[in-house]
Parts: sequence; C-alpha cells; structure tokens
Amino acid sequence: MSSNPRLSLGPNLFYWSRDDIFDFYAEVAEMPVDIVYLGETVCSKRRSLRTEDWFDLADRLSSAGKEVVLSTLSLLEAESEMLTLRHLCENGRFLVEANDMGAVQLLIKQGVPFVTGPTVNVYNPATLQVLANKGLKRWVMPIELSKETLAEMQAERPEGMETEIFAFGRMPLTLSARCFTARSHNLPKDDCQYKCLDYPDGRLLSTQEKKPFLALNGIQTVSSLTCNLLPETAEMKRLGVDVLRISPQSQHTGRIVEAFHQALQDETPPPLDRYVPLGTCNGYWHGDAGMERLKG
Amino acid sequence: MELVCPAGNLPSLKAAVDNGADAVYIGLRDDTNARHFPGLNFNEKRATDGIAYARRKGVRVFLAINTYPRPDGWERWQAAVDTAASLGVDALICADIGVLDYASNRWPDLNLHLSVQASSTNYEALRFYQENFGIKRAVLPRVLSLSQVKNVVENSPVGIEIFGFGSLCVMVEGRCILSSYVTGESPNTCGACSPAKFVTYKETPQGMESRLGDVLTDRYGKNEQAGYPTICKGRFEVGENTFYAIEEPTSLNTLELLPELQAAGIEAIKIEGRQRSPAYVAQVTRVWRQAINACKQNPDRFSARAEWNRELGKVSEGATTTLGPYYRPWQ
Repeated sequence: MSSNPRLSLGPNLFYWSRDDIFDFYAEVAEMPVDIVYLGETVCSKRRSLRTEDWFDLADRLSSAGKEVVLSTLSLLEAESEMLTLRHLCENGRFLVEANDMGAVQLLIKQGVPFVTGPTVNVYNPATLQVLANKGLKRWVMPIELSKETLAEMQAERPEGMETEIFAFGRMPLTLSARCFTARSHNLPKDDCQYKCLDYPDGRLLSTQEKKPFLALNGIQTVSSLTCNLLPETAEMKRLGVDVLRISPQSQHTGRIVEAFHQALQDETPPPLDRYVPLGTCNGYWHGDAGMERLKG
Repeated sequence: MELVCPAGNLPSLKAAVDNGADAVYIGLRDDTNARHFPGLNFNEKRATDGIAYARRKGVRVFLAINTYPRPDGWERWQAAVDTAASLGVDALICADIGVLDYASNRWPDLNLHLSVQASSTNYEALRFYQENFGIKRAVLPRVLSLSQVKNVVENSPVGIEIFGFGSLCVMVEGRCILSSYVTGESPNTCGACSPAKFVTYKETPQGMESRLGDVLTDRYGKNEQAGYPTICKGRFEVGENTFYAIEEPTSLNTLELLPELQAAGIEAIKIEGRQRSPAYVAQVTRVWRQAINACKQNPDRFSARAEWNRELGKVSEGATTTLGPYYRPWQ
C-alpha cells in the first residue's frame, strides 16, 4: 500500500502577534507544503486574528495553490466559542478540521466532508468506519498511537480514507480549563494579560533536577521535546500514510518543511536537531513512552 | 438528583448501597475501564453478586467500559460489552465511538451513558452521541464553570451527570496523554493514569523524591507527606519559581454548590474513587446522601454543614478541597 505522501503544515498551536502570523504565512505560501491548516485551536482569548482574517489568509494561501483546511478549537466551553465554531463549520468553501466531537456533529449536519485532528479520539477501525459513514475523509492519528497501531488501522481503513500523521513538532499532550501560562505569572485566566505572546514556542517547565519536561501553552500543555519522524519517512510511505504533518514553530519551520520535502523525494535531508528548541523524541511511534528517543 | 458512587470491589459496593447511593458504578478486571489497577474491580461472579445485592436494596449498577480499544484489543472490549449485557447492568458507561456503536447495535435495549472519558464538554458533541447511539446520559469533564455547566444542561438532549467529589482531574479527561508521554501508558489506552508500576520513592540528601518513570515529580521536606506522583500534581520549575505549576494535591468538593446544581437540573452527582477503600466509599456516600436529602427538602436554607466538610476533608487528597473549575477564579 506504499504511498507518495503529501506534506501539511498543522495549525499553529502557539500565540503570536498579528504581524508575526501574517509574516509566517507569507513565507508558508512559498514553502513546499501541499496542505495548510489555519486557525486557533487552543484558546479563544487569542485574537491576533479575527475569524474574518483567517478567511482572508485562507484565500491567499488557496490562491498560492495550497489546499487550505480551517482548524477548530479543541476544548469548547463557552457559548461564544460555539458561535465561532458554527461560523467555521458553515463556511461553505474550505474543508474543516474538527478538533472536538462538537465540530464533528456540526459538520455532519452540514453534510460536508471533514477532517478529524489529533484530539478526536480515533483509536480503532470501528470508530473510523462510523465517522467515515458520516463524511470523514481524512483522520490525523492521535498522538499517542504507534506505528503498529497505524499498520492495523491502515489494513482495515475504509475505502478512500486518508491518514495523516503528526510527524514533526512539540506534541499537544493535554488541555485544561486552567491557563497554566497565566498561573505561572500568578495571574487569573480572566486577566491573563496575553502572556502567551511572550512564549512563541510555549513556556518551559522543568523538573527540580533542571531537566526540561513540558512547555506551557496557555490551557494546553505540549512536550518540551519535539517529535521528529523525519527518519521514518520511508516507513510511513510503506504504511500508506497520505499526509505528514509538520507543526509550526516560531523559528526554522521553512527548513524543516524543506527537509521533509527532500526526504519524500528520496534525497538525504540534513538532520533537524539543531532546528528545534530542546531536542527530539519519537517514543510514541515506536510504541514506547512519548518522550523516549529510539533508533528506528 | 441521583447519587452515583464508586466501587472497586464488592465491600465497597455494599458500603455504597448501605450508605445511601442511588447507583453504584463498577468496572471489570481488565483494561476496558479507566481504573485498571492491580487487585481492583470485578470478575463476573463478583459483579453478579454485587448487582444482586444492589437490586435487593433498590440501587442501580452501572458498568464502565470507558477506555479506547486499539485494533489488537478490540475483541476484549466487545467481550466486555457482551458480559455487561448478560449481567443485566442498568447502564453501560462508554467513551469510544466504536464501542458505543457496537453496544447500541448488538444490545439495543441496553442503557448507554457517555463516560467522562469521551471528553465531551458541549451540547453539540452530546447530540452526536445521542443521535448516533441513543445515549441516555452524559458525564461532563471537569473543565466547565458552573454557568457553562448550566448552559450545557439547558441545551443537552440527555441528562447530565457531573463530578461532585473526589480526586480532581485538572485536564480534560479522555484527551490527556501526559501519563503515556512519560510511561507509555495512558488512561485511554491502558486504563490508568500514572500506573503504580512506574512509581518510585527514594530518600535522598535533598529529601524524599517521587518519580514517575525517570521524571522527578516532586521532592518533599522533612515534615511533608509524599504524594502520589501524578504529573499534574507535581512541583516543577517554571521561570524562577518551583511550585505546583499545574495543580496542588487537592480534592474536588462541590457540597456548597448543591442547591445551584439542583436548580440547574443536574440529573446525577458522581463521586470519584473506585480505587479508594470501602471506608472512603461509606464515609463519602453517607455525607453526600445527607446533603442531597437536606438540599431536596429545603434548597433555600441549605448550607454545607461544617461536620460534613470535616468528614470529607479527612478522606481528601492532600486533605484540602476545592471547587475546581466550577469556580471561575480557580481557572
């Protein structure tokens, strides 16, 4: 079932300024990625861009030849968030990535094809089949699942279903009602002063032995290590993966995309260790603890 | 408001029934439920006995099959659903879409509840599960403020159960993989957060150290009691500070919210703690029974009695309690 995967750029998980976001996506338009996921998936208080701005960006990237997918909020709490969600799901033009079952429901009601992101729990073929029957056209495998599970899923995946793998980036590990970035500044969430803007790749959390462990990203917690499956591209091809996802970081995203592009052309890419904030890991892929770094 | 109490074994189930639970929830002895701990849970014989005991006293029994099967384990989850159906449980508490699909097709008369592990925080998500699998009730993750809970209740197609007391998951249940990031095992895949086999304590010159896998979760001073090294309850360094960066070891206690929960139309209150002792179950059930009764009789004059909170404080993690996310400033 060998495939020729496409590259995607996942939704930016972090909070950047309006200018930084526009500059970043102007560069993305020139990068060799096929699919670009756009939108705020973590915190509805982040308003560098309004929903309409995201639509404008979507138009621009679409004109630049990218397949654009609008990503939705992962943790839905307030009615205002449901309104934005509806607006996105009913956009009528762009494909939507559902990051919560509420979005899945709205997209089913629209009768449109959709994508599920890594925080929609698809752990087995039965689940994939149910969602396929409802319009799911591509699923992003949940972060903690391994290549063994992937192989079993691929063997039973419904006709036409596309599989996307989170191949590079700090991994989203969890979500909470509480804002940990605000908490780390001794601020309540309702008066967070947008501290996330100061940490464009998340705020480092270390153990008392000074070992980097996690990064706080508002209500989300991500790994301090960067998942790097670049050395696994041949294996992912062999397993029939359709899309490899690169998760944006504040620096060097272009170089990372270029390296994956080279790997998919069967060229030898440079190692990426120097382009990540704090080191890489690949444990989940090998069925181990996510933070482990194992040889392929 | 129904009082739903935990039971990790038959003595706990009896304690819950005898002390005033309206329903008891249990799990089977494998990774099909989110309290897959050594020595805990029910085999078929015990479950049969427990259900019979509860029935005699008019108490309902729910069974949790609320983890996420991967392809190689699928048959085990199917078998668990079949077992639950043959046991005649009053409801099955499920999270996985595939499992819900199987259960609703194979056993259409079986009541389905949506587990907290399904991570559904909004009414659109609940509509999905109601329309596709006919769920009758949903347990909400501990991430919503009280006003957000009310909004869900008003728009939900099914009854809502919320957590009232017990260990506090700070993260949205069903979508937290901190445990597998460190150990390779998560509640979703293996039915346990921070499994005991990865836990170590060691006395060092810097104090008692607790670890999950290789990760140092905390160091304790001479007069501090060492806690369980769940990642979200550890002390870490962020910037210049070393502190409980995520949450202190504390328990959720919503006794004082009871009148508001009742007025909001909450269908059931869930007590956390299948891993706890029969004494815990008895104590917490007794207090909550009294409180719910008092609230039903006279919600306007209800106040959480000091002795209730004292009793609950004794069995709380870290011996302190919080209103958690229901109280906005906590967030």
